[in-house]
Amino acid sequence: MPRLRTVLLIAPLLGGLLAGCSPIEPWVKPYEREHLADPIMAFERDPVSGAYFEHVHESREGARGATGTVGGGCGCN
Amino acid sequence: MGTPKRDPKAQRPQLGALYAAAAALVGTAAKAGVLPDDRVDLLYHSYSGGGVTINGTSLLARKKIGDHLSLVGNWYTDSVSGASIDVVTQASPYKEKRNQESLGVDLLLGKTTYSVGYINGSEPDFRSRTAYASVSEDMFGDLTTLTFGASRGWDKVGERGAPTFKADADRRNWSVGLTQVLTRNLLTGLNFETTESEGYLQNPYRQVRYSSNDPRGYSYEKEAYPHTRTGNALSGHAKYYLRWRAALDGSYRYYRDTWGIVAHTAELGYTLPAFHHWIFDAHARYYRQNQADFYADLFPYAGSQNFMARDRELAAFKELGLGFGASWEWRPRRHGFLQKGTVNLRYDNLRFKYDDFRDLRVQAPVGSEPLYTLKANVLQFYLSAWF
Repeated sequence: MPRLRTVLLIAPLLGGLLAGCSPIEPWVKPYEREHLADPIMAFERDPVSGAYFEHVHESREGARGATGTVGGGCGCN
Repeated sequence: MGTPKRDPKAQRPQLGALYAAAAALVGTAAKAGVLPDDRVDLLYHSYSGGGVTINGTSLLARKKIGDHLSLVGNWYTDSVSGASIDVVTQASPYKEKRNQESLGVDLLLGKTTYSVGYINGSEPDFRSRTAYASVSEDMFGDLTTLTFGASRGWDKVGERGAPTFKADADRRNWSVGLTQVLTRNLLTGLNFETTESEGYLQNPYRQVRYSSNDPRGYSYEKEAYPHTRTGNALSGHAKYYLRWRAALDGSYRYYRDTWGIVAHTAELGYTLPAFHHWIFDAHARYYRQNQADFYADLFPYAGSQNFMARDRELAAFKELGLGFGASWEWRPRRHGFLQKGTVNLRYDNLRFKYDDFRDLRVQAPVGSEPLYTLKANVLQFYLSAWF
């Protein structure tokens, strides 16, 4: 009985690990990314304006950083 | 009591922010897996509020060289004039010009984008240099973009009227960002950033007030700040595509630092294309913070604490911003050198309400002056062209 319990505990863990080794299939296919590639979906459409406005805020506020300008892109192109 | 000649509000904190924003502009504009478009942007900006006017221009140009390299350059200038509440109560009105130049390079190799750059900023009594680097990687079928960034800055602080005064401040930033496609209509992002500053972090012109036997009931002495500051910011943002071709976006940021400031920022925006050539934006932003541990509007006596500040940036306050933008797009009939151009206008109204920063322009018993409020108008007009 203890052995069965051990197997029942380990099997799902092992299965999860094996599943982790297989390549992850993109759940949004390239041909389904039309909306994401629309310019209105850019986190920052105009960097010159975004940077200026970030400056307006940071020069008057105590907080700074992590404003979302890092990263970007959805691999839609 | 000394007589400072400059507006304390228009000093160091603004510049630090300016350079940080510029680093964001030239340093992280690149997406992993694809180089940014070739484009030129020319911006005129104007800030008017609290008796201060700040006007200027910013020129941003980006150009690909071959399939793997992209160069970006930015030239920013502004001119500060007027008399803020700090000037009215402590100093003399003045005019000042500030300049900044930056250059960055993005290198795309496979699914990875490497970015490096350098920013140089100068004013009559201040100099700042910043170097940055970041690496972005597209993963999991290009649904995930992971970015690591770091920057290092070196500031030289001077003081007008004190030619022998020179002080240094160093800045270090580390950031990690994750952008994730969740569905065919939903894009999300998570960012974490640590900022460290060390050295002369205060403003040589700004002063604190304390109770005294002066006929006004108070006197001034210089601020005293700690020599180190570490802040951590964590933010999440999401953008959703609506079925009638519009976008809804929202974000939240939490910030905490070793000076005792805790801040919350929430933003909501809506983007709607209309009439074939137009894109309209509406956005709202709410911000609030508590005060730094060593901030006070009125200290009990001179030298009452090791560290003392009466800077509005370190005070407790709430801020509400509402903005609107309109963009008109133009495409040439013949496909040539110019692919498209846009004419853009953006207006924002900002309202600040301070919890413990009193308006000393009003005659009242010491410590019972009305709380200060500030309204500001921010206007941006810019032209963009894609090549």
